[in-house]
Amino acid sequence: MVNKLTSITSLTRNGVRDWLVQRVTSLILAVYILFLLGYLVFHPSIEFFAWQSLFQSTAFRVFSVLFLLSLMWHAWIGMWTIVTDYIKPADIRLAVILIIIIALFAYVIWGIDILWSA
Amino acid sequence: MANIPEIPAGATEMRAVQFSIYRYTPETNAKPYMQDYVLKIPKNKDMMLVQALILLKEQDETLTFRHSCHEGVCGSDGLNVNGKNMLACVTHLSQLGDKVTVRPLSGLPVIRDLVVDMAPFYGQYEKVKPYLITHTEAPVKERLQSPAERDKLDGLYECILCACCTSSCPSYWWNPDKFLGPAALLWLCRFLQDSRDEAKQERLAELDDLFSLYRCRTIMNCTSACPKGLNPAEAISKIRRMEIEKSA
Repeated sequence: MVNKLTSITSLTRNGVRDWLVQRVTSLILAVYILFLLGYLVFHPSIEFFAWQSLFQSTAFRVFSVLFLLSLMWHAWIGMWTIVTDYIKPADIRLAVILIIIIALFAYVIWGIDILWSA
Repeated sequence: MANIPEIPAGATEMRAVQFSIYRYTPETNAKPYMQDYVLKIPKNKDMMLVQALILLKEQDETLTFRHSCHEGVCGSDGLNVNGKNMLACVTHLSQLGDKVTVRPLSGLPVIRDLVVDMAPFYGQYEKVKPYLITHTEAPVKERLQSPAERDKLDGLYECILCACCTSSCPSYWWNPDKFLGPAALLWLCRFLQDSRDEAKQERLAELDDLFSLYRCRTIMNCTSACPKGLNPAEAISKIRRMEIEKSA
């Protein structure tokens, strides 16, 4: 085949790795969301302190950071795919991808800040 | 030419089928347009779509389309009919209702009316090296294969390269030069599965880029379009599994 088709803005710049990362992060996202939904179902009359203590436990904070990172990587790969499908002019494409990546980074840092101020 | 139905004079009741057909001659038309035709056929008579098109061509000789074997083997008459890709020669007119919209296969350049340029499609097919590659010396007679090994090629070798799958794939529409497309990947899977092929590692090593294989987002239009009942989406996921086994 011809030259390797890669891109400097892709998360891992490798097809197999991007594919695997997207699948593994989707599992983490699913487990986290199901856990939170389950928690809410089993604590129907939840009040502030129970909710706060959940987010203060180290294990749940680790899980939450894992969730935020997974969301970032998952969205990076997904949005990169959409942008490379639909936006053909290279300069606009690069600008849009960079805005998305910077926004995703900002959300993760903001999310961590929220978790540790809980 | 096979079985073009003759419409008997004084036949019983007639049925009118409305056709809306994509017309475009790039040399003379500024833009493509849809042209309406009416075909009257006896109510109790059915025929394949390609035969209806042949009757319409008797009304209007300028209507252009490809057809050859009339039995779903040559893959010449892949068309987009009522929004779905199919072979005109194995599609009954009765399945299509009283209003039939016929367009050329999407995602490929139109040469004229329903005839598309298949060169980009064949180009992607060529890239997967659709032939056995061997490094060992050829045996005196032939490279043998057990019946079980031969069975692995079922569901893969039957592809007739009609492009119904690839031209229904959005990932192919947006990246026709980079994404190989379902037909080429089905053929690649056919050679990856062949016990006589000795280039499995080289074939897989060429696939780990971001587009050739991995631009497939499992939309599965390919499988629902295939007129031969094959499953390119499954072939692609088999290749992904081989790729993971090699790289992990």
